[in-house]
Amino acid sequence: MSLIEEIDYGTPRSKSTTMVTLTIDGNEVTVPEGTSIMRAAMDAGHQIPKLCATDMVDAFGSCRLCVVEIEGRAGTPASCTTPVMPGLVVHTQSERLKKLRKGVMELYISDHPLDCLTCGANGDCELQDMAGAVGLRDVRYGYEGENHVFAKSHGEINAAWMPKDESNPYFTYDPSKCIVCSRCVRACEEVQGTFALTISGRGFDSRVSPGMSESFLGSECVSCGACVQACPTATLTEKSVIEIGQPEHSVVTTCAYCGVGCAFKAEMRGEEVVRMVPYKDGKANRGHSCVKGRFAWGYTNHKERILNPMIRERIEDPWKEVSWDEAFSFAAAKMRGIQKKYGRDAIGGITSSRCTNEETYLVQKLIRGGFGNNNVDTCARVCHSPTGYGLSQTFGTSAGTQDFDSVEDTDVAVIIGANPASAHPVFASRLKKRLRQGAKLIVIDPRRTEMVESPHVKALHLPLMPGTNVAVVTALAHVIVTEGLANEAFVRERCDWAEFEEWAAFVAQPKHSPEATAILTGVDPNDLREAARIYATGGNGAIYYGLGVTEHSQGSTTVIAIANLAMATGNIGRPGVGVNPLRGQNNVQGSCDMGSFPHELPGYRHISGDAVRDQFEALWNVKLNPEPGLRIPNMFDAAIEGTFMGIYVQGEDILQSDPNTKHVVAALSAMECVIVHDLFLNETANYAHVFLPGSSFLEKDGTFTNAERRIQRVRKVMSPKNGMADWEVTIALAKAMGFEMNYNHPSEIMDEIAALTPTFTGVSYAKLDELGSVQWPCNEKAPEGTPVMHIGGFVRGKGKFIVTEYVATDERTGPRFPLLLTTGRILSQYNVGAQTRRTENVVWHAEDRLEIHPHDAEQRGVRDGDWVRLQSRAGETTLRAEITDRVSPGVVYTTFHHPDTQANVITTDYSDWATNCPEYKVTAVQISPSNGPSDWQKAYDEQARHSRRIVPAEAAE
Amino acid sequence: MSSPDRLVYMANQIGTFFRSQGHDKAVPGIADHIKKFWDPRMKRAIFAHLDAGGVGLEPDVREALTSLKQSLPATP
Ligand code: SF4
Ligand code: SF4
Ligand code: SF4
Ligand code: FES
Repeated sequence: MSLIEEIDYGTPRSKSTTMVTLTIDGNEVTVPEGTSIMRAAMDAGHQIPKLCATDMVDAFGSCRLCVVEIEGRAGTPASCTTPVMPGLVVHTQSERLKKLRKGVMELYISDHPLDCLTCGANGDCELQDMAGAVGLRDVRYGYEGENHVFAKSHGEINAAWMPKDESNPYFTYDPSKCIVCSRCVRACEEVQGTFALTISGRGFDSRVSPGMSESFLGSECVSCGACVQACPTATLTEKSVIEIGQPEHSVVTTCAYCGVGCAFKAEMRGEEVVRMVPYKDGKANRGHSCVKGRFAWGYTNHKERILNPMIRERIEDPWKEVSWDEAFSFAAAKMRGIQKKYGRDAIGGITSSRCTNEETYLVQKLIRGGFGNNNVDTCARVCHSPTGYGLSQTFGTSAGTQDFDSVEDTDVAVIIGANPASAHPVFASRLKKRLRQGAKLIVIDPRRTEMVESPHVKALHLPLMPGTNVAVVTALAHVIVTEGLANEAFVRERCDWAEFEEWAAFVAQPKHSPEATAILTGVDPNDLREAARIYATGGNGAIYYGLGVTEHSQGSTTVIAIANLAMATGNIGRPGVGVNPLRGQNNVQGSCDMGSFPHELPGYRHISGDAVRDQFEALWNVKLNPEPGLRIPNMFDAAIEGTFMGIYVQGEDILQSDPNTKHVVAALSAMECVIVHDLFLNETANYAHVFLPGSSFLEKDGTFTNAERRIQRVRKVMSPKNGMADWEVTIALAKAMGFEMNYNHPSEIMDEIAALTPTFTGVSYAKLDELGSVQWPCNEKAPEGTPVMHIGGFVRGKGKFIVTEYVATDERTGPRFPLLLTTGRILSQYNVGAQTRRTENVVWHAEDRLEIHPHDAEQRGVRDGDWVRLQSRAGETTLRAEITDRVSPGVVYTTFHHPDTQANVITTDYSDWATNCPEYKVTAVQISPSNGPSDWQKAYDEQARHSRRIVPAEAAE
Repeated sequence: MSSPDRLVYMANQIGTFFRSQGHDKAVPGIADHIKKFWDPRMKRAIFAHLDAGGVGLEPDVREALTSLKQSLPATP
């Protein structure tokens, strides 16, 4: 293995299809129109010296190191800013060019420290490389003059010198090494879209600075690291590189945080990760990443990680460390014992959206095959189950329709109930890039999200009351139908016309108009009409939505309403359009695909289908139960009722992530065997009897499937610290229960998945190695996968319109609970925070805060930073207030990244009618000033502390 | 707490979605949904509740459950 070096072409790829031929150093080169001479030369294998150009950003042409000669033209143009022309004859090396370049380098080096041997970038510095490339041998100017290098010169304080900024936990900024090439500034603008960096001053005085001369941490910087990656010198460098040194080999793998699924090079020294660098060939991220994937992997060797299996009889007992074998036989005996006592259906399990496809597949196989029932569910239940239901009803597949590249062809983006800038940052960056090119943005969200407030982005924001999605989306449809903006030709060709007519008549009713519904939704009817017109007539319209759509009692209905809208306007079946769920966790799509739902086998086929069951029974060599099993909320209900007594939970913290914590606590406490398989003693583990240590994504092979249905490899870069990869743990547990599953490598599991799942038949590790990734369906019809679905027709045949009536949730405000609470996420933390809380990311979000409008705060005597008590029907908690007008009056908002906040003590057990996806996004609450943590928080804390005690294993003789 | 109350609530919620499709589509729609997504013990419990008078069930839902119960083989 060696370090994967990606070629830097100097300037971005041109998308033109017109080709141009020219001659560079005697070779004919043919490249797309709009390509720079620098890039064309690199294509031909000639590297022109460069400093200020890199292919992640547009050329700027400031260093003048890349000069070339063009026959018939005077002067020496910069090759990075000069586009190719047919017939040009270019020379990249001549006496004149050599002299010019040496002169440039000499100037740079005369104001640069010469501590190369001990510099953090030693071995990875373009300034060093260029000094070598141009043959710089001596520097005629001394360091006595003006410089940025020394803190003092001639005994005086040097005003031009600036100290290091080490405020960011992951990288340092050492201004003395800066060559002011502005690559960082352009990366922050063009790639990330944050505009946190500027070059202040001119000439010798010009300096890179975050914001208005702030520290990196104090600025707008979101720590994505694009600037660090762009910097050619040691000025911006990862702290891990400074500490460890340069990596010696790298392996391509996939981020384990969110559904964007960024591809990374894990750059290693032995089994130690030196840094993670986004991979340019990653088709989801195209070389970009966010703070979580690039920097927040420290949790993988956090001191709180549990590496030994543990068991206990009762949850009041301390944990006892045991051998793997002892843990497996203890767990197996308990689970089989429960089945004997309470019946075959009394146990079940939960698969993880954080684990690989292969691991998820094995857990559901263990449950269906080994437990003999279908009580398998996944945490996707609590986030995107309505997506599966809604999209399969209308289009025929339970997945988003596009790839992320599609956004480059989008003219109107509609974001509903999602905050990609926080939850899907790399997608947000790609979208913002398109918006800066002129695409329009409509945001439907109760809160003024970061997307609305992004620099250089103008959004039409429809701030709706939480819980009124269906009314708003149906009102959009009303405008489209009644103003004659529907795409009838498309509908006639692709959809069921009679169903369309019925739907159109329904939405056209005056009671669905924006004016009539404004009273419920709070949305200005004019804005809503405007939004509908823009979406229907503004060119390629794409809808992106998130948990703000699904986590409602009408979650599935909203998904259907969105699908209706896309069909009615013909925004389906080509690049730039579509309906795209933004998936929370990295492998939500995969865990759904792999048969994690109690009613369906891998590939979304209902368990009652005899033909499908036959296929699985033949290969697994067991009899399968044709009845659907319990969903997570049903499992809790059944536990309390006494008919569901044992559960195997892989890689999920159901106690923290599921609503109505008290109900979940009661359910878990009622069970006789709770097996938690995770990296850390999570909140659920406080109620567990068996703890099986998990392995991190760096320690195993497998695949993840991101929000665009893209299957990507996860590759092992170090041995599992706990001794076993998660898939091996499941196999061993199954074996202890008498159910044999034999695989030597996850690739064999994928082969089995491919053999049993029609949309996966073409998938294999060999193909993934060859193509990098594929988007399912990948089979005979689409051997290289399917970037855009429903081209030319819907998967289900005719697109199906279904009427969507708005029904107010039963969770209503009233005199006791007059405010509506809605929940969300922030960028630096991830979901329940088990990983990110164990990294330096805590500098950005040490606690969850309650956002409240100044008007509501004043009425209740709450000031910014005060402790407030948050109460709902279900329970109460306390947290600190943040007063902001990002939320409307009557609405409060919080995140749920920290267990002490216990936001889910507040949320109720109302859920989506079709899928039981909990209604996290609307809870009626009241707020009052408070002095600190509630009694429940204190008692919970005490229980958690008590439950986490561990008695180490006796030392072996 | 698969208590009848909770199941009745869930069944009515399903009924509400189908209501706007009219009685003739709603009844089979509700029955199919419950058939596909409810675990046997939940079905048994709601059928038992139905047999005991089915208090609280909306008319369409009641009809759907009655037809579903007849169409399924008697549970052992
Ligand atoms: S880390 Fe990202 S956001 Fe921060 S300055 Fe660099 S490019 Fe901009
Ligand atoms: S910090 Fe790095 S990328 Fe930015 S201007 Fe300085 S040398 Fe260039
Ligand atoms: S968390 Fe998401 S956006 Fe960030 S690096 Fe990972 S996959 Fe990419
Ligand atoms: S690389 Fe072209 S001017 Fe700097």
